[in-house]
Amino acid sequence: MAFIDLSKNEIQAKIVYYGPGRCGKTTNLLYVHESMSKQVCGKMVTIDTKGDRTLFFDFLPLNIGKVMNMTIRIQLYTVPGQVMYNATRKLVLRGVDGIVFVADSLKVQKNKNVESLQNLIENLNDEGLAVSQMPLVLQYNKRDLMDSNIPLLPVAELESDLNSGLRVPFFEASATVGNGVYETLREICKRTVKSVIRKVGGQITC
Amino acid sequence: MSLILTKNEIGRLEEIISDNILDSGAEHVVLTDLSGNLIMERGSLEMEDIFSLAAVSAANFAATAEIARLIGEEDFALLFHKGGRRNVYFSRLGKDFLIITLFNDNVSLGLIRLKIGSAIQQMATIFEDRKGAGPWRS
Ligand SMILES: Nc1nc2c(ncn2[C@@H]2O[C@H](COP(=O)(O)OP(=O)(O)OP(=O)(O)O)[C@@H](O)[C@H]2O)c(=O)[nH]1
Ligand SMILES: [Mg+2]
Repeated sequence: MAFIDLSKNEIQAKIVYYGPGRCGKTTNLLYVHESMSKQVCGKMVTIDTKGDRTLFFDFLPLNIGKVMNMTIRIQLYTVPGQVMYNATRKLVLRGVDGIVFVADSLKVQKNKNVESLQNLIENLNDEGLAVSQMPLVLQYNKRDLMDSNIPLLPVAELESDLNSGLRVPFFEASATVGNGVYETLREICKRTVKSVIRKVGGQITC
Repeated sequence: MSLILTKNEIGRLEEIISDNILDSGAEHVVLTDLSGNLIMERGSLEMEDIFSLAAVSAANFAATAEIARLIGEEDFALLFHKGGRRNVYFSRLGKDFLIITLFNDNVSLGLIRLKIGSAIQQMATIFEDRKGAGPWRS
């Protein structure tokens, strides 16, 4: 649920990184946090356990500047990808304004990607939200492993598995080195802000 | 759904928070929605990580509500953390909002709860005018 403060001319919106366990959601936020200036991004909060597995969520607040004279604040969240944490994913999804679905390019993760996307659609439906109405982009992560001998899913296969019905923008990425991280973030911010402004319509200029 | 608050409404909220909760000795009050947005803050503390506090509090509150549901309770009446120098009290405001009150041992929890209760009532009357337009305004 976006919040619009007309005393400060400020919009706050919530973007959630979703996807199967170990696909690289936390790594996306870490890269943004490490590479952005401290004027743009605040402190990252990570609630994790057992090494690098997210237990609850990661959180990173961004101040991305102005649109139509309104200051835009974006709160980035990740969900825990492991199947058993669905109750937690539902809590984090509450009031979501935009979603990045991060898919794992590893061939062995093919089904996990599809199941996680299905799980997202179900959780949105439970909140009374339709995925078709939600600002959404896909990210095909770990493309750097192309150069290794680990079998990867070709982009065309990821597209047909995940995006044939949705038809949303997708980005190839490697979150560990940062490729595609900003492209993904920029597109989801653009779509989310547009959708918030469209939904509140003329009320913003009062 | 979005929540829009005008300058007047924010001013009125600030007034209610000051007159009730801060004047009774609380150090800082933070108002958030349950999706983790920071609506406003007021008080004497210099809070650098206020957005993180709002986000983590909202998530913590939602998780606690889930615990209540799992053990067959509707809600816990008292959500309070006692620290060495500072205490935190969480109260729900309507269906979708949360008041986070930070206070030290110079003021009692009982007084804080009483004052928050009256603040919540006053805030509710502001938003009652909006009936039919969601809890506050949608
Ligand atoms: N080679 C490679 N490894 C990556 C990439 N992105 C993430 N990883 C690695 O994959 C592992 C899991 O990454 P995380 O970011 O913790 O995954 P997550 O999606 O947050 O996982 P959960 O919290 O369990 O849902 C880590 O060891 C990362 O270093 C990438 O682009 N390329
Ligand atoms: Mg993680």
